[in-house]
Amino acid sequence: MPQKELAGKTIDLDDKGYMTDFSQWTKEVAIELAKGEEIDELTDKHWEVIEYLQKCKQENVTLSIRKVGKSGVTTIKELYALFPGGPLKKSTMIAGIPKPASCI
Amino acid sequence: MEKKEKIKKVSIICAKGSLEDVYASLVMTNGALMEGIEANIFFTFFGLDAIRKNKMDKLHTGTVGNPAMEMPGGLPFPTILGSLPGVEAGVSAMMRKEMDKLDMPPVSEFLEIITASGGKVYACLLAIEMFKLKKEDLYDDLDGILTIGDFYQEAAGGQIIFT
Repeated sequence: MPQKELAGKTIDLDDKGYMTDFSQWTKEVAIELAKGEEIDELTDKHWEVIEYLQKCKQENVTLSIRKVGKSGVTTIKELYALFPGGPLKKSTMIAGIPKPASCI
Repeated sequence: MEKKEKIKKVSIICAKGSLEDVYASLVMTNGALMEGIEANIFFTFFGLDAIRKNKMDKLHTGTVGNPAMEMPGGLPFPTILGSLPGVEAGVSAMMRKEMDKLDMPPVSEFLEIITASGGKVYACLLAIEMFKLKKEDLYDDLDGILTIGDFYQEAAGGQIIFT
């Protein structure tokens, strides 16, 4: 299993770069992961989305763009602006949760 | 983690108006956008039903001449049954309900999602003239009504997929 040094910690990743052990996740790690996805700064809105995604994961809710858009946390348009070039795949990566196996 | 070559842009042509054909095009377009791929969707001929306001959320699936059709529970679906009045509408409504359970949005909402995601939605000029449609009959956020020449220009630098 690949590992990477992020924010001074050794982080376990899968072959697509997603964290495999959520207990290793910290905000500092998230900031480093975001930089790897060319997101230089995580704003309050980014954190809000990240927390929402983590909550969904905890509650075993299947994630889709549609669901996030309807969450009241953000809109689909804003989600694309926050995480350009693959909003759901990037936001879940930064949130330290698995990439959603969703086609919608 | 070796980086594979990435598809950068797709233009998807939806030329058929049955439920499954339209959803195939919509899912492919939205799926591309979700992966960070630039995407256009171009509706032509019967595919225009997907952007006609009065038809988009009532699309049907064919119950005649569809050998893949089966009864709930997996029994064969006799073609003669599919030809009875109301059967196609019933089967289609059932299909839409199943899709809703999978969190698949109705066509109108799916188009809105694609627009909000930065995808471009186009309609074919020739087909619109043929079906005598007006702009107000169509999806409000249409990005344009194009000739085939315009379409090729919009599709430049990407791949074209005909569904």
